Amino acid sequence: MKFMDWLDERLAVRQLIKVMLTEYYVPKNINFLWSFGVLIMVVFAILVVSGIFLLMYYKPDSHLAFDSVNKTIMMDVEYGWLFRHTHAVAASIMFLVLYVHMARGIYYGSFKAPREIVWITGYILFVLMAATAFTGYLLPWGQMSYWAAQTITTLFEKIPFIGPDLVVWIRGNYIVEDATLTRFFALHVVFLPLLLIVFTAIHLYAVRIVGSNNEDGIELTKEEKKHGKGIPFWPVFMAKEFFVISVFLIFFFYLVFYQYKFAMDPINFTPADYLQTPTHIYPEWYFLAFYEVLRGFFFSQNLGLIAFVLSMFIAAFLPWLDTSPIKSGNHRPLYKILFFIFVADFVFLTILGKLPPTGLYAWLGFAGSLVYFAFFFALPIISRIEKKKLEGGR
Amino acid sequence: MADEKVSRRDFLLYAMGAWAAVGVGSVLYAMYKTWEPLPEVKAQATVTFDLSSVEPGQIKVVSWRGKPVFVLRRTPDMAKCDGRSVKGDYTVVLGICTHLGCIPNWEPDKKIWHCPCHGGEYDACGKNIFGPPPRPLDVPPFKLEGNTIVLGEEGPEYKQMKEKGLTV
Repeated sequence: MKFMDWLDERLAVRQLIKVMLTEYYVPKNINFLWSFGVLIMVVFAILVVSGIFLLMYYKPDSHLAFDSVNKTIMMDVEYGWLFRHTHAVAASIMFLVLYVHMARGIYYGSFKAPREIVWITGYILFVLMAATAFTGYLLPWGQMSYWAAQTITTLFEKIPFIGPDLVVWIRGNYIVEDATLTRFFALHVVFLPLLLIVFTAIHLYAVRIVGSNNEDGIELTKEEKKHGKGIPFWPVFMAKEFFVISVFLIFFFYLVFYQYKFAMDPINFTPADYLQTPTHIYPEWYFLAFYEVLRGFFFSQNLGLIAFVLSMFIAAFLPWLDTSPIKSGNHRPLYKILFFIFVADFVFLTILGKLPPTGLYAWLGFAGSLVYFAFFFALPIISRIEKKKLEGGR
Repeated sequence: MADEKVSRRDFLLYAMGAWAAVGVGSVLYAMYKTWEPLPEVKAQATVTFDLSSVEPGQIKVVSWRGKPVFVLRRTPDMAKCDGRSVKGDYTVVLGICTHLGCIPNWEPDKKIWHCPCHGGEYDACGKNIFGPPPRPLDVPPFKLEGNTIVLGEEGPEYKQMKEKGLTV
């Protein structure tokens, strides 16, 4: 205790602990979906630690990268396979927990005032995480790595005027080559994680200010939460969270030890060959829905591209698309229906993204893409309907 | 205060701001330049290839600037190409799908290129005949020296094609 006193005099740690943990209250009327934020932090920690150990043997050079991963790390380094499988599975699972976390935010209206900054920083974190996953995916320098980077960087070619030069600039070559690998490596291991940490800090700070939303979407003051309607984040909330984390980790390590193959595409065990495109290429599962929107407008490439970019960023504008004063989907019958159609559509697009884009599938992809956007464009309309209802009711 | 002239303190502040902007601008420019292709990459500009080494109906792949160039010597049963031949029966096109940059595969039985990524198809002239590709396969800059073709240099034949808009 003496040490704590010493520290408190110099860093005011007691005050910090109060603000961040023991006197930061979480509403009681939340469900297990509110445990995913901490799960994301757990997965991020796993990614950082496993990443550091991979970094000790990985070589960011187009001649050495493939063997440094598939020979050195997988065969020579003791338990190297464990760190690779953990890293790959964690990257995949990160998007699962992210999507659940985001879907919870959308359903319960957690993006609405006063939580716009929470939503925006969260969305930036999602985009940064996508960039981290994309740059990281190139590093093993397999066929799938290579062609994913090749096709996605080619997308920039379609930007008017500067496009073709921009692509060469991003790649540092006319094609994806050694220069591309090394810069993606730098972004993946230093720049993007740094940004992720900065935005996580802002995200958590913002949540400390405005507090968590709840199932009913009715704001609770700190006093209300202190006296009966809430629980302190530490130790009460975290006591339950530890249970969720434990169950999650059982599932996670089950995947790492028994089902890791879902995160390791067999095509990626062939070294990158810039003269041979694999017969069927597709992104990792977590990008399939957006990818399907890109392909969905199969009759016009430019439209597909615009739709693709829009599909990735439109959700960032939710606080301004959905202006209904009612927050929680529990109290919004119309919104509830739309939300579940949207979730089903997202899953549908994800499945379709893996199938060949021909015949009926092409049209289904187009229909699915339209439904995806319909959700967002319907929001201002149902907001108006709900506002009118509220005014009429009083 | 507001209607006063710029004070000494304000002036110093603006001067510092301007100087900092120059510094930030220069640093960003230097950072931008570091990502440009290295000289050794830019130096791989031209490649020469002997067209007569290709048999009729055969296709050869030449690597130019890290990109595959398809050299096809057409047979009479293949599509006729108006102005898209670099010379006689030769189709020379960049083997990169104009959709998203995958490499199309030659299907000898159908005599077309088929892109594995999104199902685009091109005929023996490199014209897009099906699927998402927005335009034919590009014709790379070339110069003819007898039976030899130099990729990466613009000869008179290439310039003619370019004027007619047939290269892209």
